[in-house]
Amino acid sequence: MIIELGHYALILALATVIIQAVLPLIGTIRNDRALMAVAPAAAFAGFLLVLFSFSVLTFAYVVSDFSVANVWENSHSLKPMIYKISGVWGNHEGSMLLWLLILVFFSALVASFGANLPERLRANVLAVQGLISTAFALFILLTSNPFIRLSPAPAEGQDLNPVLQDIGLAIHPPLLYLGYVGFSVCFSFAIAALIDGRIDAAWARWVRPWALTAWSFLTAGIAMGSYWAYYELGWGGWWFWDPVENASFIPWLAGTALLHSALVMEKREALKIWTVLLAILTFSMSLLGTFLVRSGVLTSVHAFATDPTRGVFILAILVFFIGGALSLFAFRAATLKAGGLFAPISREGSLVLNNLILTTAAATVLTGTLYPLVLEALTGEKISVGPPFFNLTFGLLMLPLLLAVPFGPLLAWKRGDMLAAGQRLFAAAAIGLVVAAAVMYAHSGGPVLAYFGVAIGFYMIAGAVTDLWLRAGIGKVAGNVAFRRFVGLPGSAFGTALAHIGVGVTVIGIVAVTAFETEHVVEMKPGMQVEAGGFTLTFDGMRRGQGPNYSEESGHFTVARGGTVVTDIWSSKRFYTARRMPTTEAGIRTFWFSQLYVSLGDAMADGGIVVRVWWKPMILCIWIGTLIMMAGGAVSLFDRRLRVGAPQKARKVKPALEAAE
Amino acid sequence: MTRKQKRLAVIGGGVAFLVAAVLLVMFAFSQSIAYFYVPGDLAKASVPPGTRIRLGGLVEDGTVKRGEGSTVTFTVTDTLATVPVTYTGILPDLFREGQGVVAEGAFGTDGLFVADTVLAKHDETYMPKDVADRLKAQGVELSGKETIK
Repeated sequence: MIIELGHYALILALATVIIQAVLPLIGTIRNDRALMAVAPAAAFAGFLLVLFSFSVLTFAYVVSDFSVANVWENSHSLKPMIYKISGVWGNHEGSMLLWLLILVFFSALVASFGANLPERLRANVLAVQGLISTAFALFILLTSNPFIRLSPAPAEGQDLNPVLQDIGLAIHPPLLYLGYVGFSVCFSFAIAALIDGRIDAAWARWVRPWALTAWSFLTAGIAMGSYWAYYELGWGGWWFWDPVENASFIPWLAGTALLHSALVMEKREALKIWTVLLAILTFSMSLLGTFLVRSGVLTSVHAFATDPTRGVFILAILVFFIGGALSLFAFRAATLKAGGLFAPISREGSLVLNNLILTTAAATVLTGTLYPLVLEALTGEKISVGPPFFNLTFGLLMLPLLLAVPFGPLLAWKRGDMLAAGQRLFAAAAIGLVVAAAVMYAHSGGPVLAYFGVAIGFYMIAGAVTDLWLRAGIGKVAGNVAFRRFVGLPGSAFGTALAHIGVGVTVIGIVAVTAFETEHVVEMKPGMQVEAGGFTLTFDGMRRGQGPNYSEESGHFTVARGGTVVTDIWSSKRFYTARRMPTTEAGIRTFWFSQLYVSLGDAMADGGIVVRVWWKPMILCIWIGTLIMMAGGAVSLFDRRLRVGAPQKARKVKPALEAAE
Repeated sequence: MTRKQKRLAVIGGGVAFLVAAVLLVMFAFSQSIAYFYVPGDLAKASVPPGTRIRLGGLVEDGTVKRGEGSTVTFTVTDTLATVPVTYTGILPDLFREGQGVVAEGAFGTDGLFVADTVLAKHDETYMPKDVADRLKAQGVELSGKETIK
């Protein structure tokens, strides 16, 4: 009964979001305020209905109701509770329902925090959100319904793919979707602006908080996915340029460009048309990512099941929204007036360079991802485009960007002084070179590029600090004045600095682990030793164990440094009984930012076992850097100047609005 | 410089950057694309040693042999032809005899395929799509265990 209620709520939600899509649009055409006012109410109702529906599905998983086909296919009564809950979105139907839930959640957010938006803009934005929600609600109900019953109900479920039975599944998809879907709000704002044919700096100020929010979540989602793949797959890799990874990385690159171009638009009223186009493209890339992952054209751990009707349906959604948005853009872009002239060497100029490189990089990754699919569709030839392609193209494209990043904030708006900025960055460059020299002294014999990479990473960090240093006037004015100035700096200054520091930290991690990691694959018998990263690992033997829904064999290693035992590592191979599927549970020990990573291979006939041992220097910097980037996004979000349209009470907004005007 | 010249310089710079990026992409494609083959293709047209390819098929029953250390040899088959493969490293969890596999690498001068990556991303109901498509196209009967869900 409760299942049917959830199903029914989803159908009601579809009706609600159709109303949300149609009535406000008619309202703006007829200038009917009553119709426009329907939008927020419909958005709230739609959110509550989908939330109820999602809760019902979660309930079915929690109580292991195997009369629901979706639960039977993806759950098991012995599965730990956390995986029963996260298993709700560990399958195609459930994850699409989560997608829809987050979409209507963002609609409800726009409705509740958008009280200070112009009436027409808010109605149009919510109508576009309603249209997207309608498409996805239809998709779920027609092709991917999670509420279908089985009769008679099976006694036991088929269990969840063991690779997904991990805390990573509880965190990674929701974060990623919050990012993906968050960009729908920017898209809706862009479409609303095009419908009205009006756009100004205030528009950018409303859009930027949403872009920042979505971007921060997407950053977290990608980083989490990367760390999950790193520890769960047992291959020791943290990024594979897998098409599914690229599908989330392309919107991230486009979204990063959007953040920066919206800045120009907000401050200088320039790049309007480009910003609108980027807002459309970013969400289009999110939709494309959803299509690639969910349609089954790619096979990976993410493609839960392949069903051609689903692929065609998502493709239709894709064509409708991307095609429709771009057509609207083509018709209306000319009505948007360009403004704000600037010299090539200026803050605007540096942000244009940022956009040029980021969008080119996004296009490059997109090309490499889609080329095999297109070629196969056209000629039937099967090829693969592997990491070497992406490393070469993406790496070379990023190089000028990373070098240019510290310059951006140091250049003045309208007309900047490159020479002066260069002089100010002299110390930062020197710090980078000194650290690189120190690393070269400590770890000689690595590739020259690696030392260069380390230098760039530290140069970026020092460059970001330089900006804050100069703004506060440290060394130029009295200490207490400088401190007051430093504390009083706008949030966006800290946000920018943090985000750029984060990029530097990530670069250091990537360079260090790529150039200096060591890998040993050895066949070991109890008592044998292997050296890695200055540690001696002694293999002590194997032990059998039993988990709730798996059996495992674990190897024990004692880790010593200079003759004294430091710690020990358990590394296991599990066998999940319901799916008859083995997984590798790597043993990982962290030493500051570096890690020892041990994974087990096959047992040999003579009692030995193949063991793979990695020393991963500074690898944690990769993810710590992304956390710092996210923190930068969050700090920017709390900049008072951005409060217009951001989550904020109406009363406090008024003075800010006046000040802005 | 006049404003017009400045603007031209900026646009010219942007276009030059894009052209460079396109050339870079084309160069990288020419360097790093790996074509997909099944053993039957290789019997018809040989691939020169050293050219990177992806070799797909089924791991022939009874051919997996452990060599010294972590070196493994096995034979990939599409039931029409077979190719011997050698690989040093840890095989994926799901690597089994009689099941689908994709090996990435190149032929040595001795005709032995040296793989540096072995993929067996499948559970009991799934095998790599490339492999399944080609085997089906060649009329190989896939038992229920190996068909795509």
